[in-house]
Amino acid sequence: MSEVKKIATRASYGNALLELGKLHDNVIALDADLAGATQTAIFMKEFPERHIDCGIAEGNMMGVAAGLSLTGKVPFASTFAMFAAGRAFEQVRNSIGYPHCNVKIGATHAGITVGEDGATHQCNEDIALMRTIPGMTVICPADDVEARAAVFAAYEFEGPVYMRFGRAAVPVINDTPDYKFEIGKGVTLREGKDVTIIATGIMVANCLEAAEKLAADGIDAEVINIHTIKPIDADLIVASAKKTGKVVTAEEHSVIGGLGGAVAEVLAEKAPTKQLRIGINDVFGESGPAGELVKKYGLDGESVYEKIKAFV
Amino acid sequence: MNKVELMKTANEVRKGIVTAVHSAKSGHPGGSLSAADIYTYLYFEEMNVDPKDPKKADRDRFVLSKGHTSPGYYSTLAHRGFFPVEDLPTFRHTGSYLQGHPCMQHVPGVDMSSGSLGQGISVAVGMAISAKLSGEDYRVYTLLGDGEIQEGQVWEASMLAAHRKLDNLVVIVDNNNLQIDGDISKVNSPYPIDEKFKAFNFHVINCDGHDFDSLAAAFKEARETKGQPTAIIAKTVKGKGVSFMEDNAGWHGKAPNDEQYAVAMEDLEKAGEALCQK
Repeated sequence: MSEVKKIATRASYGNALLELGKLHDNVIALDADLAGATQTAIFMKEFPERHIDCGIAEGNMMGVAAGLSLTGKVPFASTFAMFAAGRAFEQVRNSIGYPHCNVKIGATHAGITVGEDGATHQCNEDIALMRTIPGMTVICPADDVEARAAVFAAYEFEGPVYMRFGRAAVPVINDTPDYKFEIGKGVTLREGKDVTIIATGIMVANCLEAAEKLAADGIDAEVINIHTIKPIDADLIVASAKKTGKVVTAEEHSVIGGLGGAVAEVLAEKAPTKQLRIGINDVFGESGPAGELVKKYGLDGESVYEKIKAFV
Repeated sequence: MNKVELMKTANEVRKGIVTAVHSAKSGHPGGSLSAADIYTYLYFEEMNVDPKDPKKADRDRFVLSKGHTSPGYYSTLAHRGFFPVEDLPTFRHTGSYLQGHPCMQHVPGVDMSSGSLGQGISVAVGMAISAKLSGEDYRVYTLLGDGEIQEGQVWEASMLAAHRKLDNLVVIVDNNNLQIDGDISKVNSPYPIDEKFKAFNFHVINCDGHDFDSLAAAFKEARETKGQPTAIIAKTVKGKGVSFMEDNAGWHGKAPNDEQYAVAMEDLEKAGEALCQK
């Protein structure tokens, strides 16, 4: 896929915020001393008065965002996933989730593709943490097109939304004329009958690549993009699981509590199905270039292909 | 209201606190009673609020950062007319809208849910920033406990408030000197509180949190302060107004039994009668 255009979804976030800011005066970007990294600097340059840098104080930033939302603004609180979902978990739960504030959380640098910064900054637990909060919507876009769509949909949506973006450039796979984004609606990207691959975020492109390899071996894989992990598209998942009888989940996140967990919960109750969870296997990450780590932790297309081949 | 009327109102607020906590058989009377005069001054004198239109756009905002003192908050809102005083005994009962800690979705007049210490002040800062951004002139008030300021988030919020020169924000610290585990200076001293807020570039006012003249002067000074937020350090007595609860950390989060309730109400009745002689 070397000829494919690649863009990091954090850049998509920054660009989309700027677009939104031009359309709506009530869009406020908040950051915690990471405006360059989260790319809210793009918004700051155009709208300095509507960009609030809270300094290195993420817990406070979440409360400030809540206060802004209660007085007519639509704040986008931005920081690394580790600090948004991890450090500020309780502020997000109690100051945003419980009062159901209309706060949008832009969490960048999720997963191991943070790369060289290593384990302390590679958040593989944020989906699990955020989806336990009642009323929280959790979105993990796959590429530039979807990340932009998610930001716009989050603005239109009334209530708290957690959006998960990545640091590393990823292939653009959704630039089709009929692309449509709807919160809570999964997208079947490839139809198949032998196995269902349910992926989110950067794993969608890797799973499409794996599906092509599987096809060459005569294995017909269905690939579903679950960009919204909460509320999850249970109907789509159950229908596909019933059709293929085998389900694989793939995420750049711990295999505990994330997409794999969410899908397992759905299937256990509605259509018990054999499932393989591909993700970070209950370990911390490490330093290294993102591409190398993706391979080392078994998340690249080739590794996914091999795991699924062994599974089916 | 004149001073005596405010004192009478605060006395009624105190009766509501004791009644709610007694009925719930749980709750936090100590810090509610210490803040009763502050609540009363805010809602009957200082703040632009309308019980008939609790969500009116230009209202002043209040965030109860020390959310466990909801009995004081609820009793004040009820006496101000936001909801029936008769509902106070449903406090903390299953199905009641008067949750243990304030819930904005269910209680008329409550601008923000709170209870987890250290968080309310950040929300108040957000509201004050919001007013500045859109050129609105409502003011924002937040009430903190003196134990609460041990939370680091209080200082994160304070740093940003002063950095952004939020002169529409008033942080009130209910300095009753006691937290659950005892004397705040013995648990983990936040003193000197005033100097800390000064160091964070606040305009700081020390006042007597049980004297309405002192409170009036403090809030007037806060209103006149430009270019920086104000912190009012209100010296108070925990459990104020109920003889056996005064200055006793044991009454931080404990409800009176029936006999104690009778004594407490008798104390407050007597105080009320004395005020009627004035």
